[in-house]
Amino acid sequence: MTSDDEKAPTESSLNRELIERPLVVGSHQLQSRLIVGTGRYDSMQQMRDSLHHSGSDCVTVAVRREKLYDREGKNILDFLDLNRYTLLPNTAGCYTAKDAVRAAKLGREILRTLGNPGADWVKLEVLGDSRTLLPDPAETVVACKELVADGFSVLCYTSDCPVTAKRLKEAGAASVMPAGSPIGSGQGLLNPNNLRIILEYLKEDDPDYPVIIDAGVGTASDVSSAFELGADGVLLNTAIAHAKDPVMMARAMHHAALAGREAYLAGRIPRRLYATASSPEEGVISSRPYGSS
Amino acid sequence: MIEITVNGELVSIPEKTSLKDVLEIVDVPPNYLAVEVNAEVVPREEHSSLIIQEQDDLEVVTLVGGG
Repeated sequence: MTSDDEKAPTESSLNRELIERPLVVGSHQLQSRLIVGTGRYDSMQQMRDSLHHSGSDCVTVAVRREKLYDREGKNILDFLDLNRYTLLPNTAGCYTAKDAVRAAKLGREILRTLGNPGADWVKLEVLGDSRTLLPDPAETVVACKELVADGFSVLCYTSDCPVTAKRLKEAGAASVMPAGSPIGSGQGLLNPNNLRIILEYLKEDDPDYPVIIDAGVGTASDVSSAFELGADGVLLNTAIAHAKDPVMMARAMHHAALAGREAYLAGRIPRRLYATASSPEEGVISSRPYGSS
Repeated sequence: MIEITVNGELVSIPEKTSLKDVLEIVDVPPNYLAVEVNAEVVPREEHSSLIIQEQDDLEVVTLVGGG
């Protein structure tokens, strides 16, 4: 006699508290660990729908000159539900600490007047080279210190260099965000060993310090890989916006983030050179040919 | 009339024009913007009281899509 009770799975064995732990950066708590960019979509409607299916509750925006003599022009904010999304303004396109600080302060002023909670933080990006869009580490450290002193929570875009990552954390960054590969390149995580070292160094005595992989994602497995390494979040834009079907890719990224994060929390098996059978060796009805032991 | 720069363009405005009125003259949507005068952000609460001077350099920015 089997009891029906034994066939019924129990919910309690799943550690939901751990799975649902929010991503904490500065004063912000994000339910989704994906931060999604709002650039490069074919239309604002496509952007809006992609963001929805990504499951993200935090989206990045850039600060740019307003078009003069165009009062009726549509704004991205007409398509973003500010009750749903915390905006994370960036300093994209800045090549000096001075300009990045200016952009950050302008972004803060816009968000302050909108009453969006994103007014106190910024994604700091100071570029050093226009072809690779690699960051300028020296200028990034200078800008980070200045913004921290001015009260910003600074999320620092940086390369996968562990030394620079340490310097940025020391400079007061609320999160260090190493790139998987160059912005928009879709090359995925080119140097997972460096990312591993960054995660180890920054979390050594500070396990809750948030490290977010920012840039380079090409497809869903890159997102999963980043989380499997132990990243706390992933920031991406082009991999969704330029997919053939951005809305579906957004959903794929959502699933990939959950899969990667949960796999990391669950703890993967070690890699072994040889097989280990999943079915019992005992009681096999077959004999082994050719003297195999 | 005096000349100022707004987003890199030369603009002529009457003397003693407030920043708020300059934004009307250059006809930008008023709700989603921030303004720098000579590289310093001017909080929205001060737009009406700040008088723009000859050769002031204004940046009027908004948010756009970005990653």
